[in-house]
Amino acid sequence: MYRYDSYDQKIVDERVAQFRDQTRRYLAGELTDDEFRPLRLQNGLYIQRHAPMLRVAVPYGLLSSTQVRTLAHIARTHDKGYAHITTRQNVQFNWPELKVVPEILAELAKVEMHAIQTSGACIRNITSDPFAGVAGDEYIDPRPWCEVLRQWSTFHPEFAFLPRKFKIAVNGANQDRAVIQCHDIGLELKRDAAGEIGFRVLVGGGMGRTPIIGSEITDFVPWQHIITYCEAILRVYNRYGRRDNLYKARIKILVKALGVAEFKRQVEEEWAFGKGGPNTLTEAEVARVATHFTTPAYAQLPAEDAAYAAQRAANPAFAAWARRNVLAHKVPGYAIVVLSLKDPSRAPGDITDAQLDQVADWADAYSFGEVRATHEQNLVLADVRQSDLFAVWEKARAAGLATPTFGLLTDIICCPGGDFCALANAKSIPIANAIQARFDDLDYLYDIGDIELNISGCMNSCGHHHVGHIGILGVDKNGSEWYQVSLGGSQGNDTSIGKVIGRSFAAAEMPDVITNIIDVYRAQRLEGERFIETVRRIGLDPFKIGVYGDAAIIERKQHA
Amino acid sequence: MPKLIKNGRVIDDAAQILVLDETQAPEALSLPEGPVFVPLAVWQAHKGILADNKAIGVWLDSHESVEDLAEDLDSLSAVALNFPKFTDGRAYSGAALLRTRYGFKGEIRAIGDVLRDQFFFMQRCGFDAIQPKTGKYSDAQLEEALASLKDFSTPYQAAVDQPEPLFRRAQRAA
Ligand code: HEM
Ligand code: SF4
Repeated sequence: MYRYDSYDQKIVDERVAQFRDQTRRYLAGELTDDEFRPLRLQNGLYIQRHAPMLRVAVPYGLLSSTQVRTLAHIARTHDKGYAHITTRQNVQFNWPELKVVPEILAELAKVEMHAIQTSGACIRNITSDPFAGVAGDEYIDPRPWCEVLRQWSTFHPEFAFLPRKFKIAVNGANQDRAVIQCHDIGLELKRDAAGEIGFRVLVGGGMGRTPIIGSEITDFVPWQHIITYCEAILRVYNRYGRRDNLYKARIKILVKALGVAEFKRQVEEEWAFGKGGPNTLTEAEVARVATHFTTPAYAQLPAEDAAYAAQRAANPAFAAWARRNVLAHKVPGYAIVVLSLKDPSRAPGDITDAQLDQVADWADAYSFGEVRATHEQNLVLADVRQSDLFAVWEKARAAGLATPTFGLLTDIICCPGGDFCALANAKSIPIANAIQARFDDLDYLYDIGDIELNISGCMNSCGHHHVGHIGILGVDKNGSEWYQVSLGGSQGNDTSIGKVIGRSFAAAEMPDVITNIIDVYRAQRLEGERFIETVRRIGLDPFKIGVYGDAAIIERKQHA
Repeated sequence: MPKLIKNGRVIDDAAQILVLDETQAPEALSLPEGPVFVPLAVWQAHKGILADNKAIGVWLDSHESVEDLAEDLDSLSAVALNFPKFTDGRAYSGAALLRTRYGFKGEIRAIGDVLRDQFFFMQRCGFDAIQPKTGKYSDAQLEEALASLKDFSTPYQAAVDQPEPLFRRAQRAA
């Protein structure tokens, strides 16, 4: 993974000094709340229900074991013994005290970490495929490009006060695992006819109050020009994005208002000036960054480890885990392991200090010292030998990190919601836990198969409910907490936005509602058909009948 | 006298910013004595007589485009860009465009809600004059605030103050 040189380190160290002084001036009353707010946000620091919440950047989800140990240390010393993996591959602490935040940042800086631009109206942490470099369907490794873009966007002086936050995601595999269609800029690596690397560029995707799927504004920008092209997009947005209404300030609204063709025209007009300028990438720079992402020293191994097969045959629990949480690796004899953070007794995405330390140890012992965070709020050991899988499983199981439900109904994406977040309409963690408790039978979960259930506590959509096959959204009705259900959303190559099925529900009803939805699916599915495929084939009506009964449908038809 | 940060130092500055209220039409010009920044509308109404008067600069609000001044830059020695709120970042692009696209060599001044924690970004985008509101900082605080111009010693990306990105400036070890 990328290691800092003296330049990177200096920038992060100077940031710590800068923020230390800003915090001092704030606490001394020299900076007002309004003046300090954007400064702390650009350091990932929110003021939440209980305490400040600190969001630490995990660039494109990559962590070293040393960094994971530091996160464990911070969780133990400055928080209540746990951390939270976010839907943008970052790490959040829910309980740090404002005055120790500069200390925390200093500790992070020692292990090449920071909280720069993890919040605020600026270019945020760049996200990518958690299986970058190890997935069989990858054609170009996105990591060097993410790092190049990370450096370009860090403290970009022109784009520190955009109309609104700005998120970029990069993918380089057949399967989109970075949700590029729901980002302000989504970059898809590709090759042109001559084999040259470049990017297909999507703009104006996003979730939030107005979910929109990004539009293609160019099908190919040669790699040399990706920074100048992004700069042109950002400049048009910075100048013309709306600033009068927070809810209309994202680039997606500008793209919609202008139309994609006009937006593209403005970007390309702007780009004509920047193209070929000093920000044009050089082969030397890309090569320098890429040397940080070279293939680790893989051993020559048989494609199928005999002992691994025998262990699965002998141990059904291990086999179940291997079936769901172990994924194919591009190198023979290796596997990708998903360490589940979806133990039903914890909030989705939460991990304790002790677990973090253990994960770091396993990374060192079994996976070249690296860990990845996924936007589905799990952790990944990307390079485990098949022959080590049983040992990893035994340890992960003892640590509560081997819930064998990756990609199943209870592998829920869930925002912090009303338990932590001041913007929430409703709690989301207890809904996730209640659904996990209802669906605790593994055979039943396996029978239901691949499905994504996402929960957000409010319209801001931190929990990606718009793109959940089943989406749950917390809504406020006369001051009490209700939940709206949508179906048919999906992430990945065929991204779609889910549709609301009808009136919302009380928290206590939610497990039944999900059961009813699943019952409709099981009754209606064709052989081998996944949940999302059934929804797309039969539409929402059968599910509405399953949830609300015939009456609701008949009534609606009469009104129509 | 009002203070101004110019080229990294605090100096006295007498220039006034002319702000029209609703009752004043730009056509009805009455200029105060001495150096003054006039609003774009006044400049456009009186270009003929104001041009080449070294005491006259133009200030643009954040929704106004530097393109509207492009033709006139040769006859101007200073342009001020207003930050109605420090979180309104449009003037960063405005300053960068004045310098890079239109080659403006005169003074570009940041005015309005100008705070020390943004000095670094302003300087990088081509502001060579930075003017917090009168009374926002004491003289001592303003001297102290000069440190913010140097928050970061070696930025990554190209900008007006450093037209080459780090990867072209430095030989970075792999
Ligand atoms: C607890 C404090 C949090 C606050 C105050 C907060 C605030 C917000 C707001 C206001 C938005 C909507 C922005 C917009 O669409 O214009 C948003 C979106 C989002 N947040 Fe959060 N958030 C919080 C926590 C989280 C957490 C813990 C995660 C990850 C689990 C997260 C990930 C996201 C994502 C992925 C989006 C959607 C991005 C999009 O619109 O494309 N946020 N957040
Ligand atoms: S979706 Fe709403 S409730 Fe959930 S974390 Fe985001 S802002 Fe808070």
